[in-house]
Amino acid sequence: MMLTPMHKQLLNNYQQDFPLSPTPYKDIALSLGVSEEDVLLAFDQLTDKKLISRIGSIIAPNHIGVSSLVAMAVPNDQLQNVANIVSSYQEVNHNYERENRFNLWFVLVAQDDEDLQLVVKSIETETGFNAMQLPLLADYFINLGFEMEFDD
Amino acid sequence: MIDTIDRRLIAILQGGLARVSRPYALIGQQLDISEDEVIVRLSRLKKLGLIKRLGVIVNHRKLGYRSNAMVVFDVPDDLVTQIAEHVSQLSFVNLCYLRPRRGQQWPYNLYCMIHGKNREQVFQQLDHLIESCGLLQISHEVLFSKQCFKQRGALYKIGAKLENALSDG
Repeated sequence: MMLTPMHKQLLNNYQQDFPLSPTPYKDIALSLGVSEEDVLLAFDQLTDKKLISRIGSIIAPNHIGVSSLVAMAVPNDQLQNVANIVSSYQEVNHNYERENRFNLWFVLVAQDDEDLQLVVKSIETETGFNAMQLPLLADYFINLGFEMEFDD
Repeated sequence: MIDTIDRRLIAILQGGLARVSRPYALIGQQLDISEDEVIVRLSRLKKLGLIKRLGVIVNHRKLGYRSNAMVVFDVPDDLVTQIAEHVSQLSFVNLCYLRPRRGQQWPYNLYCMIHGKNREQVFQQLDHLIESCGLLQISHEVLFSKQCFKQRGALYKIGAKLENALSDG
């Protein structure tokens, strides 16, 4: 997909403060000098091409429910199998392989710490590997906004 | 601090804002409150810091940022806040966290995430970070992401139990 200047502006300029007005897309259109229909169409295209996952919110961790980053060290020949088990838990919302002796990293979200510990125990029992819990102690900067540099 | 309607509002927003002319009115209909109230509540949740940001959530990989590294440092406790503040100022860093050390097997306490178009760019940015934030003497590890087994936004399509917790207030 060829990104137009408008696409790029929508990608870069509206990650932080999406207008909180009755007609946010119209407000964006006005500031970019295009029509509301243009903006809605462009957002549809960016969504269809999966360049944006959604227009939504990033919630501060541990205000609603509790969460923890968890790492496991798994032999490579068992990684896929263990990853599948981990991913099957609805409490798991990111699950990545990383290049390290701790090669499986995932985020657990639960209603409270008691539930979180139950899930960790269950994953350890089911996989046979230890799960190292690395809960957040402080977030200095959690803003996932991201300024893109476009090559052209 | 927040009530049941706030929690339901957050849960609905996790599914993404509708791409229609009056998206907040649509959310209001679902919650049986006015468009105005949706906007007032969202503004308040942002001000409280519970909503860290509201806006376009981009897919880095699809946009050509294919290298993603989590970098972990073992920073002395009395310096960590100061250093974290420096690290957070860098434009290519988009997460910076403090987490507990786990003994000798994992002595790291400061985590940051760096996205780049390729490994070279990530390493250049990391070199810049290490020098400009005074981390030359600090041990660190770089963990590039490889396969993604599962990915969804934080609390996006939350589990049934948590969804109950959200709606129970």
